[in-house]
Amino acid sequence: MSALMEVTDVGRSFGGFVALAGISASFERNKVTAVIGPNGAGKSTFFNVLSGVLQPSTGSIRFKGQELKGLKQHRFAHLGIARSYQITNLFPELSVEENVRVAAQALKTRYDVFSHRDRYPELAQKAEAALAEVGLTHRRARRARDLAHGEQRALEIAIALVANPELLLLDEPTAGMGPEETKEMVALIERLAADRTILLVEHKMKMILGLSDRILVLHHGRLIADGTPTAVQADPEVRRVYLGQNDGYA
Amino acid sequence: MTTTDLAAGQGVAPRTLPKAGAALDRWRVPLTIAVLAVLPFVLPSQALAVNVLIYGLFTVGFNLLFGYTGLLSFGHAAFFGTGAYLTGMAIALLGFGWFPAMLTGIVGASLLSVVIGALSIRTRGIYFCMVTLALAQLVYYVALQASGWTGGENGLRGFTVVKADLIGGFSVNLLNPLAKYYFIMFFAALALWFVSRVLNSPFGAAIEAVRENETRARACGFDVERTKLLSFVLSGALCGLAGTLSALHLSIVPLDALGVHTSSIVVMMTMLGGAGSFFGPFVGALVFLLIEDVASLWTTHWQLIVGIVFILFVLFLPKGIWGSLIQIVRRRRAS
Repeated sequence: MSALMEVTDVGRSFGGFVALAGISASFERNKVTAVIGPNGAGKSTFFNVLSGVLQPSTGSIRFKGQELKGLKQHRFAHLGIARSYQITNLFPELSVEENVRVAAQALKTRYDVFSHRDRYPELAQKAEAALAEVGLTHRRARRARDLAHGEQRALEIAIALVANPELLLLDEPTAGMGPEETKEMVALIERLAADRTILLVEHKMKMILGLSDRILVLHHGRLIADGTPTAVQADPEVRRVYLGQNDGYA
Repeated sequence: MTTTDLAAGQGVAPRTLPKAGAALDRWRVPLTIAVLAVLPFVLPSQALAVNVLIYGLFTVGFNLLFGYTGLLSFGHAAFFGTGAYLTGMAIALLGFGWFPAMLTGIVGASLLSVVIGALSIRTRGIYFCMVTLALAQLVYYVALQASGWTGGENGLRGFTVVKADLIGGFSVNLLNPLAKYYFIMFFAALALWFVSRVLNSPFGAAIEAVRENETRARACGFDVERTKLLSFVLSGALCGLAGTLSALHLSIVPLDALGVHTSSIVVMMTMLGGAGSFFGPFVGALVFLLIEDVASLWTTHWQLIVGIVFILFVLFLPKGIWGSLIQIVRRRRAS
């Protein structure tokens, strides 16, 4: 089976600073891949390149055989790539339901200035389904900014899910969460992983080792390891540059 | 409140409404028209009522961009003035009737808004304010220099429309102040209906999303630049309509219609009434023009009073008069 996404020799520089260099990897369907590395390793830059926020300076990214380099960011969602952000990134003044419905609308109709927005009942149905999937149905009328932190993170995922993406990029989905909320988020990601390809950046090693089929390790913008959780844990360079800092795999 | 806050449309009421608020929203166009219909009888003068109508409509157009899309333009006089000038020029120089002249003004303002919008929407915050201001000033100086067509510093004159012929042999006597008021109100009502449709449409949801969080809107699949441009053009067209009505009302287009003063008063009117509220623009226009009307009787420095009132509103009532009232009513109903 061909890979869902293939990244070939991707690099990204900011002036003279090389944030990513020569990254090559392919991502199989319905697998969970974690991207780890110390702060400043280039994880977020890698995510931003894969989701179209940043253009790669070099290399190529192909999704289902289509070259993504040069494509505008908004096109990524239409192709089936959705993402969440490290810092909660919602439509804060809109209700939970409207947050998800407007995301569904982005793929259906964007410039219709005359129809009433309620004339698209399928958007409300999609929003309802996405909210049910992340367990936020009971909060649908609540303003997004009034949700608890864990609920906001779940809403972020609902916004990404409503596009029914084939590739879901989750940037530190448990950032700022307590143990209970983290447990719920892990359960959610496990459910989502059943029929989606997931790529996630995380620092909580115990969670990553339990969730991931594969781990990529970045250091100073370079890929220093790529393998199963067991193989990566045993890699001496990974232990030296990263895992040694995470004793106990918090 | 910083300029960035202003540009982000801070103070905008959430769209999620309790049922009572939703009913108010559903009837907002007829309610607004009903209020406007009685305005000539409750205000001190009919001239003031016409001004409230025209500047209220100008503010409605501006509010679509600022209050609902989150883009603070300091150059909207360009569209108001262009609408006014082209209407006057079409009548005075080309001999057009009032309706083709109005269409000329609206189309001209819309085309100008495509150009200014395309050049400015890629910038954000203070840079967007400055680019729109600079481009509007460019239009102002073109009008100043092209005095053979525009009248230069003296403004455009010589195009009085005394009677507006309608279909079926009917006509409106524009020398009758009340008839002129309702003639102008007809177009304002059409514009309000149009804006209400836009706000309720999927595009209305798209501009809300862009206002709320541009980064997230883009990640969801919205072409943010195109969405902003369309909002900018719709806003420019509405301001152009206000300009054409101003030209028909005054029978003169002062150069100041294109000036920075006109661009800034529409910002003040929007903030006074409440950015992002449907009726707020008319409240803002009414308060501003009333202060001007009353204070200018006492002092030639009436703008100082307007300025102080504006600063007090920004500091202590950032949602504006109507925006704050709506918020209070919703909170009471919710509790």
